[in-house]
Amino acid sequence: MKETYKKYIKVVIGLIVAYAVFQILFQTGMINSYYNRIIRQIGIFLISALGLNLILGFTGQFTLGHAAFMSIGAYTSAILTRNFGVPFLLALIAAAFTAAVLAIIIGYPILRLTGDYLAICTLGFGEIVKVFIQNVDYLGGARGISGIENKSGFTVIFVLAALCFAIIMNLIHHSSKGRAILSVKEDEIAAQAMGINTTKYKIIAFAIGCGMAGLAGGLFAHFSQFIDPKSFDFSKSFELMTYVVLGGMGSLSGTVIGTSILIALPEWLRGLSDVVKEYRMLIYAIMLVSMMLFRPQGIMGTKEITVAGLKNFFGKIKRIFRSSSTSVNKGKEA
Amino acid sequence: MKKNVFAKMGCTILSLVLTAAMVTGCSSSKSSSDGGKEESAEIVIGGVFPLTGDIPGIGSAMENGAKLAVADINAAGGVLGKTLKLISEDDQNQASVAPNAISKLIDQDKVAGVVGTYASSCSIPMATIAKERGIPMISIASTNEKVTQEGGGYVFRACFIDPLQGKVGAQFALQKLSAAKAAMLYDKSQDYCVGIADKFKTNFNEGGGEVVFDETYNRGDSDFKALLTKIAGLNVDVLYLPDNYSTVGLIAKQARELGITCAILGSDSWSDPGLVTVGGSAVEGCYFTDHVSFETDNPKVKEFAEKYKSQFGSEPSGFSVLSYEAVLLMANAIEKAGSTDSSAIVDALKATDMEGLASNYKFDSDNNPIKSVVINQVKDGKFVFAEEIQPE
Amino acid sequence: MTEFLQQIINGISLGSVYALISIGYTMVYGIIKLINFAHCDIFMVGAYTGYFAITTLRLGFIPALFFSMAVCALLGVVIERVAYKPLRNSAKETLLITTIGVELFLQNIIKTKALAGPNVLNFPEVIPTATFKIGGLQFSNIQLITLGISVIMCAALQFLISKTNTGRAMRATSYDRDAAALMGININRIISVTFAIGSALAATGGIVFGMLYPKLEPIMGVMPGLKAFVAAVLGGIGIVPGAMVGGLSIGLIETLSKVYISSGLSDAIAFIILIIILLVKPTGLFGKRNVKV
Repeated sequence: MKETYKKYIKVVIGLIVAYAVFQILFQTGMINSYYNRIIRQIGIFLISALGLNLILGFTGQFTLGHAAFMSIGAYTSAILTRNFGVPFLLALIAAAFTAAVLAIIIGYPILRLTGDYLAICTLGFGEIVKVFIQNVDYLGGARGISGIENKSGFTVIFVLAALCFAIIMNLIHHSSKGRAILSVKEDEIAAQAMGINTTKYKIIAFAIGCGMAGLAGGLFAHFSQFIDPKSFDFSKSFELMTYVVLGGMGSLSGTVIGTSILIALPEWLRGLSDVVKEYRMLIYAIMLVSMMLFRPQGIMGTKEITVAGLKNFFGKIKRIFRSSSTSVNKGKEA
Repeated sequence: MKKNVFAKMGCTILSLVLTAAMVTGCSSSKSSSDGGKEESAEIVIGGVFPLTGDIPGIGSAMENGAKLAVADINAAGGVLGKTLKLISEDDQNQASVAPNAISKLIDQDKVAGVVGTYASSCSIPMATIAKERGIPMISIASTNEKVTQEGGGYVFRACFIDPLQGKVGAQFALQKLSAAKAAMLYDKSQDYCVGIADKFKTNFNEGGGEVVFDETYNRGDSDFKALLTKIAGLNVDVLYLPDNYSTVGLIAKQARELGITCAILGSDSWSDPGLVTVGGSAVEGCYFTDHVSFETDNPKVKEFAEKYKSQFGSEPSGFSVLSYEAVLLMANAIEKAGSTDSSAIVDALKATDMEGLASNYKFDSDNNPIKSVVINQVKDGKFVFAEEIQPE
Repeated sequence: MTEFLQQIINGISLGSVYALISIGYTMVYGIIKLINFAHCDIFMVGAYTGYFAITTLRLGFIPALFFSMAVCALLGVVIERVAYKPLRNSAKETLLITTIGVELFLQNIIKTKALAGPNVLNFPEVIPTATFKIGGLQFSNIQLITLGISVIMCAALQFLISKTNTGRAMRATSYDRDAAALMGININRIISVTFAIGSALAATGGIVFGMLYPKLEPIMGVMPGLKAFVAAVLGGIGIVPGAMVGGLSIGLIETLSKVYISSGLSDAIAFIILIIILLVKPTGLFGKRNVKV
């Protein structure tokens, strides 16, 4: 027990240090507001991608409508803060809650479907949501909602991303529910035979994942300050899936890496010369395909980055370094 | 049991830090070396255009117009005795990408001002950033009123706004085409189309006409026969199609095939040679509200069109002209302000009284230009000047 | 009543385009269980190739069609060999991302100045449009050609799959790839053939689409592709006649709901019907119940 608390405190201290480092970098202008923006964007989409990884990577349910739940969260929170003056944090909770409830309502019938049929159903659901928003004047229709306050600061995104990470990590690796969810992915029929109510666990995972998408949507609305239905169409769902698959389905740290790379990459390509700039999206496409070809299981596979793993890694490097330096020294002496 | 979780989480965040630091490290060194060396000799402005994404044609027409403006200004001695430099960025015509583009220009390239972009859904989030950072921005072709409203005084535009365009369209249909019954068909998912169609309907109905058909289609549709068949049975006098040139070309073609012979009226996004490429003979005789006409006696416009053709090998569009004028406005304001101080530029922009290529520029209290609307007609595959309507 | 019948004609005309794209989708899916999102971009490349064959090479309709089919078949095989084959045993999602990557690649490469450039192009009128009028109803020769080609392609494909040796090998591969390999079937060859045929079908779709809606742009395949995919699922994915029926149904549903229910909601209505059908019969209209997909 003591050991647990020690680790717990260590992690919290680690988080605070990381947060402080970021803040110092922001305050001193080492990271300018452009990078601040990109980092916040990564954080927001990370929350959504973590939710998607729970559905796609851990539960094995093929969904293509994740962006729709982001739009539900975005619209819920934007309407609440803008039209009703609800406090931002409360609006975020409402965004996550609405998305999760809708996920349960939708999930109950359609999660009985499997594989590609589920994929097309969720994709259809996403399009239905989009068309619905376009046709409701109160939601601004195609003209979207502008004038949303800029509330999604680095702090709130950082805390919420860490929280979502911890929730999924705890759920998957340290609870019986998590083992049930994993069993659905591994072999649904066997899981059923063992007395696991697979539909129930699929819905639980779907609701939590979509709730996170809703949360991310709420953050996004107060980050971009403008939302329109076009921003959450099926290509956004594909994009989110790209983050998860590139990082590794079933690896949360992989999702972090995947999201960071794929959001930073097109921005980084802006820095290139004019000739290359014209081919920015072409280069992006080539890099995406080659990353999948060279690492089909994703960057992390199903592994996680751990302290032990890192120690091992750095230990190896150190040993290599030491052995080479001693050999150099030896050479000198000789 | 919890220990692993948090240990892992710590490392994950570390990896995030590393990734971010890596990205920052790469480019910040580059920009600082750029800025330090050339600051004295150059004035840098930024341009945001939809260079990739679904409408790269419009994006390159706009970028080319801006490039020409910069070349012309530098040939005439530059701004404040320094050379003007344009850094263009791509917004992919996506609302989520455009703010990153302007943010990069402001924070990384330290531009004095920004011109851009095409879609209102991109210009609106850009405007909020321009306001936050206090950098002057001139939207080139975004006609939604919200663009300048969200800009808090820092955002101007080179084009007219949706309400004006819808109003002028309705006026023209009622008076010149003596239409009594109108049909509208537009893309429900495009903010641009919805905004204009809305204003057209209000003004047309108020002016004594009647909009008898108001239906929509979806983005990416290619077949409009279902709704056109319905229109064919209504015997309308005018069909209003406020959408992109490429879509409109298809609609006009199918309308003519179904025997709809009434006049067709459109909006400024028709203004691209692609309209005739796709629409062919079907768009012959159609009218549309536009920013400029190339078939005029205006020597400046003619010279621009020739230069454009010789340099880029293609016909300029109305958006090339707007983009040219936006750069001109920005350069003019910097010259008047006497420095690149942003509030001085904003003040100079507010007091603008400049002769552009096609029209004179003055801004009203909402930072929208007070300028006339041109109505062009398609004749022999060319856009011929039909009328110029001054706003009241 | 005349208007209603005219709308039915409109719906069938639109549906036959969806059907044509859809049968290619469904065949590739049926054999290798891969949702090939790049299919709609091969469709786009097909239309562009047809454009160049007609305008630059000055070929007639039939030669241009075959030229485009050949180019796309080759492209399809190359894409499969380079991008999909190494991932054949990976997770489904990985392959899907790769197809999206290929899709982005094709869309962006066609826009470069070396190929078609960023501007829209107009598909040349290779067969002059003729309009027929029968008792107030109106249809064009292009619409008839579209319907004809989809029916012929569907029948030919069905014949190929059910009656020929290659078709038998394809079905075996679809049923159990490893067992088929043990039976001496050259899996790589069969998959290449599948891709070649599927891509050639996409090229046909592209050219017919270009004739009906003469506007070429790099993203032209996305929406028809999505609708065709829905049609394939509706008909029971992997089943060629199902795709035909699915395509026609989607065309009719879209047209009729646009006219008689709400033009703004027509896409939503098409998807709601799809979801309901899948919930009632999860394998699509023509899907076999006992097959685990």
